[in-house]
Amino acid sequence: MKMKMKSNVQFVQGNKACILGALDAGYKFYGGYPITPSTELAELSAVELPKVGGKFIQMEDEIAGIAAAIGASLTGKKSMTATSGPGFSLKQENIGYAMMAEIPLVIVNVQRGGPSTGLPTSPAQGDMMQAKWGTHGDHPVIALTPESVQETYYMTIRAFNLAEKYRMPVMLMTDEVIGHMREKIVIPNKEDIEIIDRVQPNEKEGYLPYGVKDGETVPKMASFGDGYRYHVTGLAHDETGFPSNSNENAKRLLDRLMNKVNHNLDDILDYEEYMLEDAEHIVLSYGATARSARAAIKQMRQEGIKAGMFRLKTVWPFPEERLLELSKNVKNVLVAEMNLGQMVLEVERVVKDNAKILFCGRADGEIITPEEIVETLKEEF
Amino acid sequence: MNKYVKKYLRNDKLAHMWCPGCGHGIIMHQIIKAIDNLGLDKDNICVVSGIGCSSRAPGYMDFDTLHTTHGRALAFATGIKLANPDMKVIVVSGDGDASAIGGNHLIHACRRNIDITTIVFNNTIYGMTGGQFSPTTATNDLASTAPYGSIDRPFDIAKLAAAAGASYSARSTVYHANNLEKLIEEALQVKGFSLVEAMSMCPTSYGRRNKKGTVSDMLEDYKETYININAFNKLPLEKREGKIEMGVFKNETYPEYTAEYQKIIDRLKGDK
Repeated sequence: MKMKMKSNVQFVQGNKACILGALDAGYKFYGGYPITPSTELAELSAVELPKVGGKFIQMEDEIAGIAAAIGASLTGKKSMTATSGPGFSLKQENIGYAMMAEIPLVIVNVQRGGPSTGLPTSPAQGDMMQAKWGTHGDHPVIALTPESVQETYYMTIRAFNLAEKYRMPVMLMTDEVIGHMREKIVIPNKEDIEIIDRVQPNEKEGYLPYGVKDGETVPKMASFGDGYRYHVTGLAHDETGFPSNSNENAKRLLDRLMNKVNHNLDDILDYEEYMLEDAEHIVLSYGATARSARAAIKQMRQEGIKAGMFRLKTVWPFPEERLLELSKNVKNVLVAEMNLGQMVLEVERVVKDNAKILFCGRADGEIITPEEIVETLKEEF
Repeated sequence: MNKYVKKYLRNDKLAHMWCPGCGHGIIMHQIIKAIDNLGLDKDNICVVSGIGCSSRAPGYMDFDTLHTTHGRALAFATGIKLANPDMKVIVVSGDGDASAIGGNHLIHACRRNIDITTIVFNNTIYGMTGGQFSPTTATNDLASTAPYGSIDRPFDIAKLAAAAGASYSARSTVYHANNLEKLIEEALQVKGFSLVEAMSMCPTSYGRRNKKGTVSDMLEDYKETYININAFNKLPLEKREGKIEMGVFKNETYPEYTAEYQKIIDRLKGDK
C-alpha cells in the first residue's frame, strides 16, 4: 500500500521552495532571462503564474528582465526577477533605480562560481559584496541567505514582505547547493503566514509620492493606472517625485533612504545563535556553508571543543552590534564562506582585536567541508 | 493659453529645459493633440522614457510618467503593459536611447508586438551629453566624437521597426507637424506595437557643428528632403538621391502579446 503524503509536506529543491513561498506571499509577476543555476525559478514561474492570474515574461536580456519586473511592480503587482552571477552584474544599474525610486521587488541570485562565466553549475558565495556595493552610489541593502530548502520558502515570503514594507528591492542570495538540493519541506497553513502589502494612498488630493508624514517609514505608494498621475525618476527628486538638483533635497532623500534600513534594524536583522552560550570559538557562516559549519561544531563539541555558530540570515544589513558583543567573550571568530574573503572583511571591521579572526574560504566550485572548518580552527591550538 | 498645454501638461513644471529652436516641444505638442483627438482617459495613460533630451518630456506630461534608465524605457513599459493591459502605454525615446543602448529592447518589443506606442524623437545626435554621434547620424556628419566626419552607417529606425515585426511603423518630421499628429493618432489606435519616428532638429549640438544654418533653415531642409513614401517610390532612381521617405511604412495586424497571454490565463481557468 502506498503511503499517502500529506499535501502540505513536499520533497522539493530550493528553487521550487522559493516559488512556493513567493506564490504564498502574493507573487504576481516574473521578468527575467534564463541563466544556470536559477532557471527553475523562471520555468516554475512560467507554469504557475498564469494559473493565479499572474504574468510571466522571458525578456531579451537580464537588464530587461529586472526592468519589466520594476514596471510591473509600479502597477501594484508583487514582482520578482531571478538570476545568477553574470546576470546579477547586468542588473546592477536597475537595482539602483529600484532603490532610488523606491519600488518593491525581489531579486533572487542563485550564486555560482565566478568571476565572469566562471563555473555555471557549481556553488559559490562570491556575490556578497556585490549585493552591497554592486550598484553605484550610496544606498541601503537588504540581502537574505537561506541555509535550507525549508528556509528558502520562509525567506522568500520574508523578502516580499520586506520589499513591500520598506519599498525597496530585497535580495535573496541563495547558491547552487541550496537551489538544487532536495529536502522535505512543510508548507504552513495560509493563516499562519504573515503577508505584508505596500501601503497605498486613499486621497488623490495633495498626494506626495515621495513625502512621508510623521510616523511613516516610507511614502504611500500609488499604483500606475489608479489616477494619481505621478512622476517616477531615478534622478534625485523631492517629495513631489520631480527632479531636483538641490543639495539639501539630495541629502534629505538619501538620509531617508538609508534610514529606512538603519532605523529599523530590530525589524530587519535576522541571525541564528547555535551553541554560543558557553562558546570559546565562533564560527560565522551563512547559506549552504552554514550546513558544514553546523556539522563541524557538532564534531568539535564531541571532542570537547567549545565552538558555536553565529549564522547570518540577513547578511545585509550586517548584525554588527550583536557580533561585537559576542566577540568580547571568545578567543576566535572563524569565518567560513565560499569565496576568497568577503564577509570576513565586515567581521574584521566589527570584531577588531576582541578575538582572533580566522578564515576558511574557497572559490573553486567545491563546497567547504566540516573537516576543513575544524582543521582551520585546530591550527590555532 | 493653448488648451492642450493647459489640459495635458504639468504647467507648474514649465518652462521646459529644451534649447531654443529644439524640435522636441513640437513632438510633445503633437502627442498631446493626438491624445486629445482620440479622447483618451488621462488617468489611464502611462508615458515611459529612458535618458536624454527627449526623455525629459514625460516630466511635463500630466499622466502616470516614468523616467527610467538609459535605453530601458521599452523594457519597463513592457512590464507595465503586461501587468496592466488596460493602460495605454506610450514610450518616448531618443535616437540614441532607442536604437543604440536600447536597440535590443526595441527589436524585441516589435517582435512581441506588445501594444505599446513608441515615439522616437530623432535628432540624429546625443544632445544632452553635448553632440556625440548616434546610430542615426548620417555618414560624414560631424560630431564631438566624430571630429573628422562619422564613418558609421546610420540606422533607418522606421524600417528597422517594420522589419522587426511591429504592427505599425511610420516617419514624419517636426516641419510636417500636422502629418506627424495624424501618424501618432493612427499609431495610438493600433492594437499591437506601433512606432512613429519623428525627425527633430537639434540646433545646439548638431546644427551648429554641421553648419546647418538657422533653425528655419533646418526646418526648410526637412521640407525639401522628406517626401511621402508613395511619391518616393514613383521617383526614378537618379532622382531619389538626397531624398528620404516619410509616411506609413507598415500597417498590419498581428496577434498582440498581452491578448495572447490572457488567452493562456483563460484557458487555464477553463481547465479547472
